[in-house]
Amino acid sequence: MARTRYAPDRGLTARMTVTMFLLGLVFVAFVALIIGIMAAAHASAGAIVFIALVFGGGSAFISLFYSDKIALAAAGAREVTPQEAPELHGIVDRLCALADMDKPRVAISPTRMPNAFATGRNSKHSVLCVTEGLLSPQLNLTNEELEGVLAHELSHVAHKDVQVMTYASLLAIVAGLLVRFAFYSELFGGGRRGGNNNQAALLIPLIMVVSIVVYAISFLLIRLLSRYRELSADRSGALLTGQPSALASALQKVSGGMQRIPTQDLRAAEPLNAFYFAPAVKLTRGGGGGGGPSLSALFSTHPSLERRLEELAKIQRQLGQVAPH
Amino acid sequence: MGFLDVLLGRTKPVQPKLDDLFALPSAAITLQAASGFTPTGSGSVCFRSVEGKTFSDIQDDVRELLNMDAGKPGGGLPVEVTRDSFGFTWLVSSHMSDEMDALVTDLHAVNSALVDNGFGPQLLCTLVAFRDAAERRLALVYLYKRGTFYPFAPLSGERRDNALELQTKGVLGDDLKIEQDLTKWFPVWGAPGL
Repeated sequence: MARTRYAPDRGLTARMTVTMFLLGLVFVAFVALIIGIMAAAHASAGAIVFIALVFGGGSAFISLFYSDKIALAAAGAREVTPQEAPELHGIVDRLCALADMDKPRVAISPTRMPNAFATGRNSKHSVLCVTEGLLSPQLNLTNEELEGVLAHELSHVAHKDVQVMTYASLLAIVAGLLVRFAFYSELFGGGRRGGNNNQAALLIPLIMVVSIVVYAISFLLIRLLSRYRELSADRSGALLTGQPSALASALQKVSGGMQRIPTQDLRAAEPLNAFYFAPAVKLTRGGGGGGGPSLSALFSTHPSLERRLEELAKIQRQLGQVAPH
Repeated sequence: MGFLDVLLGRTKPVQPKLDDLFALPSAAITLQAASGFTPTGSGSVCFRSVEGKTFSDIQDDVRELLNMDAGKPGGGLPVEVTRDSFGFTWLVSSHMSDEMDALVTDLHAVNSALVDNGFGPQLLCTLVAFRDAAERRLALVYLYKRGTFYPFAPLSGERRDNALELQTKGVLGDDLKIEQDLTKWFPVWGAPGL
């Protein structure tokens, strides 16, 4: 076995495992509760749960299957050939050869906000998209910095993040639908129930409450998972290029650039947030300004810039050390 | 990548495959016999340098090691170090056109120095240059991560001579492990030593 300098980040792995375990726990508890409620139950409650599962599962599957096409259409992006964008293709070619992975399709989105995203259900069907803002002379990214950004996105492809996040969100989607369905059935179905159907009248609000709680918990866990996946992608990207500080300075340039861009662009980009290199919407920091984590940090899909820079500095130190024997 | 690696969002850096490089000298003879391309005697190793002094020290050591024989018979010229526009470093070793074995040994010395110091994953490709009587250029590119070769024949103006590349693939099919996935035959425009 060849000696390696690329020590795994055990802390990050452990935190991610715990997050996924908790998500799984919520999932199991949710299914158990729903089955319990249905066992006690009544056809109308069962039908609601069934419909929510079919709709939620179906929409998640479709969005996973067509994620590349949906994301490209939402970003208004266009696939480019090596002749049209030789520099960009050259960098992606080299990174893919270095990482021994299939080359994704490359696209450019005519957005002025500097950003990049990669999507697609697997490496064969993935697409890597950069915005025109990222390539613009105003932002002035060096080739090394651009390479860092692309390596981060390729790591998302290698880690199959679109798949992982879709499966992780499945529960939240179903729970969200259940809340809505239960609400409508309460609204429209209430009149038809006779006096002997008291059980159902209690069940539907119960499903609603359970779903709301499940939705809230899984929402927070998914955001946490998303932040860990971003840190992982930063890490793998920096190790791939061997230049953590190029990625760090790209991050700084990109996040600085995003604060200057008008908001209509930001709003249009919001649905794609989870796949972006840096979040398109900057959440304002909690006014308290204390040392503790703010509410916005809890809800955000990306770790804070400070956190990402700190992790990259750690990798930089590791790479400079004498090889472990 | 394993299931666990996907789940935990980690990538193990890919280690290079080095052994297949030694098939080059016999392939060069086949190539010359079948299509008239002779080695120019120059070859290069391309890798992604890592920031920090540790890596640059190793790079200097390798250069010194290769330059020890420079000027002696069979030792070739001193190695040239260049950095391309993509930020990759190329170490170019130049020998006489009939010293293919010495060239491959030089290239291998670079590989082993990087691998021994734990920087194996930084190796991208190695390139050996050929030319025919009509001065057409051809390179055999070795992809470290896949352990396969592919031909690269640049024409003027960033165009490739695909016919010549496919012909070379046919000629060398028995001597070298040729990369079967044509999408991995990425161009190396302006590669030093070509």
